[in-house]
Amino acid sequence: MATIYIDNAPYEVKDGQNLLQACLSLGFNVPYFCWHPALQSVGACRQCAVKQYRDEKDTAGKIVMACMTPATDGTRITIDDAESRAFRAQVIEWLMTNHPHDCPVCDEGGECHLQDMTIMSGHTYREYRFTKRTYNNQNLGPFINHEMNRCIQCYRCVRFYRDYANGGDLAPFASHNHVFFGRHEDGVLESEFSGNLVEVCPTGVFTDKSFKQHFTRPWDLQSAPSVCVHCGLGCNVTPSERYGALRRIRNRYNGEVNGYFLCDRGRYGYEFVNGAGRVRQPLARCKDTGELAPVPKDEALALARAPQGAAIGIGSPRASLESNFALRQLVGADRFFMGVPKRGHQLLSSMISLLRGGPARVPSLREVGEADAVFVLGEDLTNTAPLMALQVYQAQYRAVLPEAEKAGIPAWNDAPVRELLQDKRGFLALATPAETKMDVFAATKCHAAPDEIARLGFAVAHALNAAAPAPEGLAADVAALAAGIAEALRAAKRPLIISGPSCGSEAIVLAAANVASALCAAGLDAALSFVVPECNSIGLALMDAGSLDDAMQAAEGGVDTLIILENDLYRRADRASVDRLLGAAKNVVVLDHTLHATAQKAAVVLPAATFAEGDGSLVNNEGRAQRFIQVMPPQEAIQESWRWCGELLGKPWKNLDVLLAQLGAVLPGFAELAKLAPPADARFGGQRLPRQPHRYSGRTAMQAHLSVHEPQIPNDPDSAFTFSMEGFRGAVPAAVVPSYYAPGWNSVQGLNKFQEEVGGPMRGGDPGVRLIAAAQGARAEFRGAPPAAQATRGAERLIVSLPHVFGSEELSALSGPVAERAPQPYLAVNEADAAAMALSQGDVVELSVGNAQAVLPVEVRASLAPGLVGVPAGIAGIPAVQLPGWGTITKRTEG
Amino acid sequence: MSEKPLTERIRPDGAPVTLSEYEQAGGYQAARKALGGMAPKEVMQAVKDSGLRGRGGAGFPTGVKWSFVPEGPHPKYLVVNGDEMEPGTFKDRLLLEGDPHLLIEGVILSSYAIGADVAYIFLRGEYLLAERRMKEAIAAAYARGYLGKHIFGSDYNLELYVHMSGGRYICGEETALLNALEGKRGNPRTKPPFPQISGLWGKPSIVNNVETLCNLPGILVKGADWFKGLSRTPNGGTKLFGVSGKVRNPGLWELPLGVSVREVIEECAGGMRDGVSLRGIIPGGASTDFLTEEHMDVALDYETVAQVGSRLGTGTMIVMDDKTCPVGMVRNLIQFFAVESCGWCTPCRDGLPWIEKTLGAIDTGKGQMSDLAMLDEHVKWLGPGMTFCALAPGAMAPLGSALKYYREDFERHIREQRCPWK
Repeated sequence: MATIYIDNAPYEVKDGQNLLQACLSLGFNVPYFCWHPALQSVGACRQCAVKQYRDEKDTAGKIVMACMTPATDGTRITIDDAESRAFRAQVIEWLMTNHPHDCPVCDEGGECHLQDMTIMSGHTYREYRFTKRTYNNQNLGPFINHEMNRCIQCYRCVRFYRDYANGGDLAPFASHNHVFFGRHEDGVLESEFSGNLVEVCPTGVFTDKSFKQHFTRPWDLQSAPSVCVHCGLGCNVTPSERYGALRRIRNRYNGEVNGYFLCDRGRYGYEFVNGAGRVRQPLARCKDTGELAPVPKDEALALARAPQGAAIGIGSPRASLESNFALRQLVGADRFFMGVPKRGHQLLSSMISLLRGGPARVPSLREVGEADAVFVLGEDLTNTAPLMALQVYQAQYRAVLPEAEKAGIPAWNDAPVRELLQDKRGFLALATPAETKMDVFAATKCHAAPDEIARLGFAVAHALNAAAPAPEGLAADVAALAAGIAEALRAAKRPLIISGPSCGSEAIVLAAANVASALCAAGLDAALSFVVPECNSIGLALMDAGSLDDAMQAAEGGVDTLIILENDLYRRADRASVDRLLGAAKNVVVLDHTLHATAQKAAVVLPAATFAEGDGSLVNNEGRAQRFIQVMPPQEAIQESWRWCGELLGKPWKNLDVLLAQLGAVLPGFAELAKLAPPADARFGGQRLPRQPHRYSGRTAMQAHLSVHEPQIPNDPDSAFTFSMEGFRGAVPAAVVPSYYAPGWNSVQGLNKFQEEVGGPMRGGDPGVRLIAAAQGARAEFRGAPPAAQATRGAERLIVSLPHVFGSEELSALSGPVAERAPQPYLAVNEADAAAMALSQGDVVELSVGNAQAVLPVEVRASLAPGLVGVPAGIAGIPAVQLPGWGTITKRTEG
Repeated sequence: MSEKPLTERIRPDGAPVTLSEYEQAGGYQAARKALGGMAPKEVMQAVKDSGLRGRGGAGFPTGVKWSFVPEGPHPKYLVVNGDEMEPGTFKDRLLLEGDPHLLIEGVILSSYAIGADVAYIFLRGEYLLAERRMKEAIAAAYARGYLGKHIFGSDYNLELYVHMSGGRYICGEETALLNALEGKRGNPRTKPPFPQISGLWGKPSIVNNVETLCNLPGILVKGADWFKGLSRTPNGGTKLFGVSGKVRNPGLWELPLGVSVREVIEECAGGMRDGVSLRGIIPGGASTDFLTEEHMDVALDYETVAQVGSRLGTGTMIVMDDKTCPVGMVRNLIQFFAVESCGWCTPCRDGLPWIEKTLGAIDTGKGQMSDLAMLDEHVKWLGPGMTFCALAPGAMAPLGSALKYYREDFERHIREQRCPWK
C-alpha cells in the first residue's frame, strides 16, 4: 500500500497504480476520456489533469496527467485547484471546437460520457467562433453505426479493437485535427468484438445499429440484470426494453466472467425475442385444418396434460435450470431426458467429471486471462466461445508483462509496454481441424482430424509425464510438435489447457485433462477449462438425466405424451430419427418461445418466456450458476416454461423462490441457487428495485391511447425488482444492479462507482455461485486411451462441423443483424483433396452422411486439415447429424 | 580564421566529398583509431569530456545521453535524425549532401560507443539528393569494409541503412521518429521510458542529430581540449549557423559557439537589405522565441540564449524585418504547426487550429480584442507539461514572444480591422 495525499488528506492506495485509478477507486470524480480500466493509460486526451506538489512546502505545484503519474508513496495532489480546473474545462472546450452540438439527435445522448465529463469539467460557454471540421462516415456493417463528426479523438476505439482484441481492420487515419477512425474502405468490421466499440467510445461515433433500428431514448429503457444465452460462457448482460420490445443488449460487468466486454453474437443476437417467429398464445392443432391455431390457455393446458407417469420429458441445455427441473418434476426423474444426443451427452458428463476430478484448477474467464501459457485442443474459440478467445489474447499479453515491469514500466502505462514488448506474446498452441482466427497469434498450430488432435494431446501429456498413456505410431513431426508444446507448458507457472466438445471427440477432452494433470503433477498451477455449446449445458448435465437417444429408446413402441422443453430436436438429430420420436407419441407438447421445426410438428405449443420475459438460472462452462431476471412483463399468454410445467402438474409454484427451495431439496447440488439473487420478497429501504431509471418518461402517457388511467404496475412475483421508476436507488448486491447510473455518471463509465476498485470486482462480490469445484490437490490421474491414427475409408470422407460465431447458434441466428453475418451452406475441402476428388470452387456436390443428405456448393480451403471435409455447424441446409462422421461426396453433373 | 571541422572539406562546386577525398583529408582516422584499440567506453568518455551537446535543438549532452544505454542486451540501434523539417532550418542538408562520409564516420563512432548492431539514417522525405548521396557513400564505405562485418578488420560489425521519412514534421521528435521507422503512425511516445531503454522495436536505441554525429570524428582525433577550444563559450565546438529573411546574404556558416547574433547577421549575412530594418529574430528554427534588436549582442550558445528567454535550437535563425507583418508571420508558423500536429493529444490537435483561425481572423481584419486574451491563455495551456510532446510548446514559443514584443501590432490589427502591412 502507498499513502497519497489529496488536498492534504492521506489516503491508502494499492501499489502500482496511477493517480487516476487511485482517485477513481477512492470515489473522487476526475474526468477522463482516453483512459479505460481495461485499456489503461496513454495520456492522449489530457482531461485528467490534476495538480501535483513536490512536498508539503510546495505551494505552486505543477499540472500533471493523473493517468500518467504513478501514485507512489507520498504523492501530493489536489484535484480541485483553480488552475487544473480551468485546464480541464479548457480541454473540453477544445474538444467542443469540432464536436457537433447534435446531442438532441444523437443516440448516445443521455448516456454520453462526453456529456458527463463536460458537465463535470464545468465548461459551459464556448468562445470558438469558426467552422467545424467534417468527415464522411462509413458503412461498417450491420452492427455499428459510424458518425465521425462527433469524434473527440480519444483513440479508445482503435486501442480496444487493435491492441486489446487483436482486430486489424479499424485504424486511425490522417493526422492533426483530421484524424479519422474507420476502415480503409467501407465494409463490415471483421472483429467478433466490434460491438464493444459502442461502449468503449465515449460519445456517439460508434453506436449500436440494431438499437438504431428501433431506437428509444436510453433513459426510457427499462433494464434488468441478465445472462447471455448464446454460448456457454455465461457473460453477464443488461438487456433493455421499451413498449414490449427488447431494444438492445449492453455489457453487464462481472469481474470474474466477461469483465467489460461482450462478443457480437451476445450483443446482437437478441432480436429473436422480438422475432416474427415468437409464440405468444397457446397453440393447438385444429381438428379441421390440421394447422396450429391459438386456443385459450385452459384448453391448451387440458390438451397438454398427460396421465400420471405417461409423459416423457425432453429438457434443454438452452432452458433454465428451473424450467428443466420443473419438467423433471412434471414427468418424473426417470422419464426426464436431456435433449442432447448421446455423443454430446457423454462428452458433457465426461467433461464435468474431469473438471470435478481435478487436480487442475477450473478457471473463471478472468483467470483464463491470467494464464501464462495456453494449449487449445479442438476448439475454434473465436467461433465457439468468443470471450474466451478475448481472454486468451489477454493472457498472451499479460504473460509477457513482467518483462515490461522489469524494465521499470508499470503495467498501466500501456503504450510503452506495447512498444517494449512489440509482438512478443505468451505461449499459445492450437490444435484444430481447420485454421482459426487465432492462428496468427499462436506459437504453434496444427490442423488435423479429431483423432489426430487427441493423439497430439496424449503425446503432450506423455511428454510431460511418462505415466500418461502415449499414442502409438506417432509421426516424428507430431512427436516433435508435442515435445515443443510440453516444454513450453512446463516452463510456465500457470499453464491453461482449453478444450471442448466441438470436435465431438471424447478422446480430445481426455487428452486435454491428461495434459492438465501432468502439469499439476509437475508442480505447476495448471488450469483446465472446457468450452460448452449452450448457455445451460452444464446446468442440465448436472441434473444427470439420459440423452436424447435414451429418450428415443424410451419412446420406442409408443408413448402417451412427449413434452419438449425449449428444444428444436431437428437441430439435434437427423430428420428421420426425430420424425420417428415425434411419431411415437400420441400427443406432442412443445414449450418454447419460437415456432421452430419441432414446435410446428406439435399438437400443443405453449408460449414460453425468453430470458427477457422470465426469471431463471443458468450454469456456465466453469460451473458458475447465475440468475437472469426478467426485463419486461411477458405479453399475452407468455410465461416461463417452469410456470407452464407447474400448471400442467396442477401444483404451480408460487414464485421462483418456492421452486428453488424445492429444487434445492430434491437435488441438493443446486441448494446454492437461492443465493444467486435476493429473494422476491427482499426489500431495500423498504422498497423494491426499479427497472426504470429515474428519468424514465411516459409513465402516464404510454398507454393513454388505451386508457387515461395510469396503468397498474405489472406484478413481478419472482424478483425484488419492480416495473417502475420508483424504488430503492443505492448500494445493492451486484446480481441486482440494473444499470450503472451514479450522480454525474450517466454513461456505462458510471460502473466505476459500483466496483470495489476500478477494474476490480463489483462491490459485495461478483455475481454467481460456483457449483463445480475441482478436487485441487487430488492426485494426478491419467484417463482414457489414445485413439489409433486417423484411418482412411476408401471413398468415404470424415465430415467435421466448422463452427461460426454468426449462424451456428440457434437463437442468435434468428436475429437480423447476426443472420446477415452468417455463412451460406458450404462444403469445404482442402486443396489437395479437392484435386484428388476432382472438385473445384463452386462445384455442387451431394453429401451423404449418417442417414441424411444435402446438396452443397464446394469451397476449397487451404486452411482445412487434409483428409477432412467441413460443413458449417448449425446452419440451415446442413443435416443435423452427429459429426464428425463418415460420409460420401458425389459431384453433381450439369443438368 | 577559425577552424571549421564540419565544413572544411565541403567542395565549393556542390559535388559531394568522395570517399578518397575524405580519406585524403584525414577522414576515417577517428574510426580507425577507435575501432583499432579504444574500448567503446573510452569513445563514450572522450565524447563526454568534449562536452558535445546535441545539435538537433534540445542541446542535451551527447555522451551523457549515450551513457544511459544499458550494456547487456542486443540488438541495439543507432538512429540518425536527418528529418530536418524545422522551418528555417537547412543545416543538416549541407552536411548530408556535401560530406556524407563525415556522417558515416560519426555513425560508426557513436554506434561503436553504444554497441549498436544496426544504424539507420532517417531522412526528411524531400531530401532526395541527400538520399542519393548518402546511399552512394554508404555503398562505397561497404565496398571498402568500413561498414558491414569486421569494420577496419576489427570484431565490430555494423549495418547502416537509409530510411526516407513519409514527410511529417513530428517525425523529427525522436520517439515519433522511432514509431515512423517501425512503420507505425509517427506519434511521439510516452517518456519515460526513453529510447535508451526501449527504443527502436523496443530495444535500446540512441537517436542523434546529423550535425551532432559529424562532430565526433574531430573529437576522437583531436581530443576534448581541441574541441572545447573551438568554442568561445564552455559549450564545446563549432556550430552551423544559418540566416534566412531579408538579409543581404542569407546562408549557412560554421562558426564557434558563442558568436554573437550581430556577428552572424551583420558579418556573415551582410546585414539587412536596403530599405528594411530588423525587427526580430527567431534564433533557432520556428519553435524558438523571438529575440529583438536589443538582443543583437547575445552570445549564441545554449545557456546565454536561454537566459534571454529563447533557445539556441538548431542555430538557424529567421530574421523578421519591419516590412513583414508579425501577425502574418506568426500565423504562417502556427499554420505549419497546426497541420503538423500528429493529432494525438487534445491541446495540440484542437488548440493549434483554433489559434491558427484566430490569427487568421486578426490578420484579415476580423479580430476581436478578446482574441488576445484567448491567445495568451493558449500560450499557457499549450505550454510544457500540458501537452504530450514538445510540438505545441514549441509552437507557443514564437506566438508567446510575439504577443510580448509585438502586442501593439496585434492590437492595431484588431483596432483597425485590417492588416496595416497590406
